[in-house]
Amino acid sequence: MSTDTSRRAFIAASAGAAGFVALAPGVKLMDLAQANADPDVASGKVRWGMLIDTTKCATGCSDCVTACAKENAIEPGSGRPSQSSQWIRKIELKEKTGGHRELSLPMLCQHCANPPCVDVCPTGASFKRADGIVLVDRHICIGCRYCMMACPYQARSFVHEPLHNQNPEVPRGQGCVESCTLCVHRVDKGQTPACVESCTHQAMLFGDLNNPDGEIARRINTVTSSQVRADLRLDPGVRYQGI
Amino acid sequence: MLRRAVTFLAFITLAMLAALATPAAFAESGRVPKPVIDIANPGQCIASPEVMRRTHMDLLKHQRDKTLREGERHAKISLNGCIDCHASKNNGSVLGTKENFCQSCHTYAAVKLDCFECHQPKAAKIAGVKP
Repeated sequence: MSTDTSRRAFIAASAGAAGFVALAPGVKLMDLAQANADPDVASGKVRWGMLIDTTKCATGCSDCVTACAKENAIEPGSGRPSQSSQWIRKIELKEKTGGHRELSLPMLCQHCANPPCVDVCPTGASFKRADGIVLVDRHICIGCRYCMMACPYQARSFVHEPLHNQNPEVPRGQGCVESCTLCVHRVDKGQTPACVESCTHQAMLFGDLNNPDGEIARRINTVTSSQVRADLRLDPGVRYQGI
Repeated sequence: MLRRAVTFLAFITLAMLAALATPAAFAESGRVPKPVIDIANPGQCIASPEVMRRTHMDLLKHQRDKTLREGERHAKISLNGCIDCHASKNNGSVLGTKENFCQSCHTYAAVKLDCFECHQPKAAKIAGVKP
């Protein structure tokens, strides 16, 4: 009997407490969700992206690929180049007609707003951060490689061999899928990705796509840029100019 | 009769001495070897040793999601922070020999240590990679 009474009292108290949890007038739940009191946490107001000017990107130059490998301690696998991790690669294009115009561009994870790799991940390891960076949570990645099949940009790699010389800030290991992290460890410190920093031709521009006063948003508004496979409507964060 | 009593007493004394001596000898030499810990930068940890011994895995597991998924990189709890202090003087790592911090205790407790399948066990300065 006493148990029953205390249970009723508890329910009544809970109902009363719930009544007090109300929002102040004019405050929406969305505002609360987006309010980032802590500047140390990735903000949903920011969307990191990149604009690559293919007219400036030099044929034969692979500084961005080298810088990426150095920053993220990506080493070639033992004797199987096809199995080595590749976070960024250079692509050379040639127009078949006319004056045979040649183009060169770096291809990397496009950090889509609607990433297919995240859709297909069975464990939730493939995820998108609030600021638009698409990452793999290696703690829960089971190495099934569905995301590699889903990615139309072939941006992801699987680590086949044990690794030892990781950058302390870039953990990587055997049995997980990985891809460009947009140098998230650098971005969180206020720096730019290693590839952007290394580009001597100023072909790569990094910034917040949501900031209308920023250089990248200004450029995207004024020059013609395109999305690779725009037909898939993935809204990539990496845009190309001159293709 | 007297001789028999003396022999009996001597026997009892010997047995008692042996009984006293045996556990003491075990505790000193250690039937189970205790972890030997060599720390490069000893000092104040983020919590008391008792708390850290029991909860470091929970603290790290909680923080890893905050760091990776929310980008919280200046938290008090950090695996790299652990390594910076607890790496050994000899090889700058928390792994390698029985004297290295993580390995010595995990070997003692027979608990598998998975962190370093992906994470760098050496302190950032020693790993030779720019921080």
